[in-house]
Amino acid sequence: MTKLKTQSLQKKGSDLAQSNRQLEILSNGIFKNGELPTFKDKISETSQFPLKAKKLEILQINVGYMCNQVCEHCHVDAGPDRKEIMTRETMRQCLEVIKNSGAHTLDLTGGAPEMNPDFRWFVEEAAKVGIKDFIVRSNLTIIRANKKYYDLPEFFKKHNIHVVSSMPHWTRGKTDKQRGDGVFDKSIKALQELNAVGYGMPDSNLRLDLVYNPSGAFLPGDQTSMEKDFKKALKEDFDIQFHNLFAITNLPIARFLDYLVASENYEDYMYALVEAYNPAAVANVMCTNTLSISWDGYLFDCDFNQMLELPVNSKAKHVSEFNEALLVGRNIVISQHCYGCTAGAGSSCQGVVA
Amino acid sequence: MSKTYYDPADLRKFGKITEWSEELGNKFFEYYGKVFEEGALTAREKSLIALAVSHTEQCPYCIDAYTKDGLQRGITKEEMMEALHVGAAIKSGATLVHGVQMMNKVNKLDG
Repeated sequence: MTKLKTQSLQKKGSDLAQSNRQLEILSNGIFKNGELPTFKDKISETSQFPLKAKKLEILQINVGYMCNQVCEHCHVDAGPDRKEIMTRETMRQCLEVIKNSGAHTLDLTGGAPEMNPDFRWFVEEAAKVGIKDFIVRSNLTIIRANKKYYDLPEFFKKHNIHVVSSMPHWTRGKTDKQRGDGVFDKSIKALQELNAVGYGMPDSNLRLDLVYNPSGAFLPGDQTSMEKDFKKALKEDFDIQFHNLFAITNLPIARFLDYLVASENYEDYMYALVEAYNPAAVANVMCTNTLSISWDGYLFDCDFNQMLELPVNSKAKHVSEFNEALLVGRNIVISQHCYGCTAGAGSSCQGVVA
Repeated sequence: MSKTYYDPADLRKFGKITEWSEELGNKFFEYYGKVFEEGALTAREKSLIALAVSHTEQCPYCIDAYTKDGLQRGITKEEMMEALHVGAAIKSGATLVHGVQMMNKVNKLDG
């Protein structure tokens, strides 16, 4: 039995459930008094402001904020108490976009996307379009959460889904601390089941990648070294195999921002992000080739901007108004959270970028 | 004047030591960076050695820096504590091995 860590900030009525309160924190204090440069000033140093959207390559669709877990650092503030769920009607509009856009990758996320009642219908319809890389971000435990999800590995296989799953560490203690008691054991079981149908095996086309994000107020280490350590430990301890590890930096928003402030780590963390700033990563940040669609069909530069309710700077603001020509070349909406994607080797939903 | 000898924020200013002696400062940081590169030892092993030595040297800046470095590398708290015990064992061993000198002296003076 998994034990939930907590409730969502929204359910708790926390001040930081409000995106404008989060944006205030990110704009005030050390960024207002000039102790640290704002992200705009920083990218201006290398003439990279304004950041412009390039050709659309990745469509990331958030099908709802409901989740069976309440992870400590969730940037979505997801949980069982979140009721925002994409309707089939909005999914139909998304399908039109998938058909008409030039994007080569479709990336479904949540919450736990599988908890959307129309998830399977949507996957079946979207798979018919024949997109090159069809990703589902699965939290793994959902596969073991209820009988109705037990066949997900087979379902993913049938539609050649690229499974990307979170795994904060190869040890039980660190994983459960971040994601809830019992999460580690369920995740291991789910990974073994995915392996059993062919996912993650060295010569398999069934892609299984893991996402690592730090369990506390520190940046991720080198992605290649971490991948080596994860592979060795998971193979030796549980006979589990996977393809790649994506090391993702925690962005200072939502529950992670709440944690940083409450633990008095906020300033040190922002210093660490700014000190690790890498202009080479700016050139490849994911917002320049990605479009994020929210559960209610609105368009954002990335999933983080979606959570901060910072809509795209374009006349086309909703999936019903989608127009690739209008969106290409748009100015990306930025704030200080963007430092999370430009630290060190950079960070994106596909791991490092530089 | 600061009321404490150590301020955690001073660690961020470490690089400023080059301002008063540029050539030596730069040479030190170049050497320092090189030492921690992957070599015959992995960067992970070097991080654990640095953590243990940080404690035997009782350097608060180094302890902060290499605890964080260890976490970033996915080093577990159990590994960190074991590394510390290596440092502690050498420290206590270094004390106790001098006991032989004491014993020699006692035997010579009062044997």
